Amino acid sequence: MSVVLDIAGLNKSFGGIKATDDLNLSVEAGELHAVIGPNGAGKTTLISQLCGTQTPDSGRIRFKGRDITGMKPYARAHLGITRSFQITSLILEMSVIDNIALAVQARDGHSFRFIRAARKIAPLRREAMALLQRVGLADKAELPTGALSHGEHRHMEIAIALGAQADLMLLDEPMAGLGIEESAEMVTLLRDLKGKHSILLIEHDMDAVFALADRISVLVYGHIIATGTPDEIRSNDAVQHAYLGEE
Amino acid sequence: MISLTRRSWLTLAVMALLAVLPPVFYLTGNPYYLDLATRLAILAIAAVSLNLILGYGGLVSFGHAAFVGLGAYAVGIPAHHWLYGGLDFLATTSGLVQIPLAVAVCALFALVTGAICLRTKGVYFIMITMAFAQMIYYLIVSIEEYGGDDGLVIDTRSELPVVNLDNPLHLFGLSYVALVVAMLLVRMIVRSRFGMVLQGAKGNPERMVTLGFNVYAYRLTAYVISGAMSGFAGALLGNFTTFISPEMMDWSRSGELMFMVILGGAATTLGPVLGAIVFIVAEEALSSFTIYWHLPFGLMLMAVVLFARGGLMGMLRGRGEDRE
Repeated sequence: MSVVLDIAGLNKSFGGIKATDDLNLSVEAGELHAVIGPNGAGKTTLISQLCGTQTPDSGRIRFKGRDITGMKPYARAHLGITRSFQITSLILEMSVIDNIALAVQARDGHSFRFIRAARKIAPLRREAMALLQRVGLADKAELPTGALSHGEHRHMEIAIALGAQADLMLLDEPMAGLGIEESAEMVTLLRDLKGKHSILLIEHDMDAVFALADRISVLVYGHIIATGTPDEIRSNDAVQHAYLGEE
Repeated sequence: MISLTRRSWLTLAVMALLAVLPPVFYLTGNPYYLDLATRLAILAIAAVSLNLILGYGGLVSFGHAAFVGLGAYAVGIPAHHWLYGGLDFLATTSGLVQIPLAVAVCALFALVTGAICLRTKGVYFIMITMAFAQMIYYLIVSIEEYGGDDGLVIDTRSELPVVNLDNPLHLFGLSYVALVVAMLLVRMIVRSRFGMVLQGAKGNPERMVTLGFNVYAYRLTAYVISGAMSGFAGALLGNFTTFISPEMMDWSRSGELMFMVILGGAATTLGPVLGAIVFIVAEEALSSFTIYWHLPFGLMLMAVVLFARGGLMGMLRGRGEDRE
């Protein structure tokens, strides 16, 4: 299998606190690689460095063999990295389908196009509608995004990540704040994506992670203490001690 | 069947009245109202252009009067040299040179200042746009040749083919048509893919960057378009008043443009025009009673902002009608 994402020796400090400490991690093509760790382990800081909103102090991030460590966030998106946000991050003033259509539009070269009305461009709308169908929101397409529930927003985040047709999806706690039933729906949705996309999943929900992941990395104080299959992680003493035991 | 929303009807009705009433007043012996309407149309163009970045882009520029003033000086300075000599390469009374010059100068000023301003956010953006406008204000004040803070009289209006700007009807006609074109232009832009990106960046810039949009470049483009349009309005304003002074770019003038956009309804096609109408009417009606006419105007703005989110257009939104 080819390696899509390769992180080597990544470091990032805020003041005296090491949020990322000599972090090494890789995601292979088609793999769902989950990162777990206690609160404050530096999971979101890791995602931020991967999509470029924060710059590491040292270390290297390679994407499909290319060094992207210093690359601007929008340029990384063009290369094929997309993320979903832990705190739902949608354009609430716009309709549901407009949000998704923007993700489709983003893939379609630059948008310095001033003449045709975006809502009248059939391929954009068709694809956005298909994505909404895939996440089960087709009947809400024309509603203002602000009118949807938290669970539906999480599904929209996935639809947007899909719309970007990215080679690598960074999913930052897609289950955050979901009820039991909604979480189950999300697991079904993610299982459907598995194998078709390379995914780095950051998640608190242990049941979901152990059910979905091909490999799991355990992050504690910015450092990865173990990487392995769900079974290996479950039986790892260091992990038991540092993380699972505490819960 | 094409069904128009209440807002579309209102837009058509207001624009039709604005086209018909002033010339009727003029032809029935009330030329003053034509003047008023001409000034209204010109200010409305500036407000419509400000709405592109403020309303749709969420970029609160507090320095937009600088573009209007620069546009006016781009007419005044060539006319001044044509009459009194000096700077031969610039001396002209041709509107076909002056107006493109106004647009180009303002686009360039927007490009340079926007490139810096757009690196900031929120209150800092407001302050830095205002600071750049004040810089231009003091620059003009310091140039004795062009009258300093006494201003500059434009002795000859721009010469254009077909229209004669010395004829009040022609000047109004040109301003009105320019306003309609400006409204249609902004409407087209905000509905385009570019406009969707601009509006998306207003709602959630972080998301837009994550999708791969260089938000900064899109905003800068909108800023330049908006500045250029205001420069055009300034060129018309110079021709209308035939007297230009740095006072045109004072920060309070920028504030008035913001009033118009917010009072009328930001991010709507008609909003800035409604705002300009209310502004002109209020100024006219109240200033005959008191020189402190800004006070009731300010109170009105506060009432609209507090009780009618979305300005006057927000109040008129029909049930189930989404924002444009």
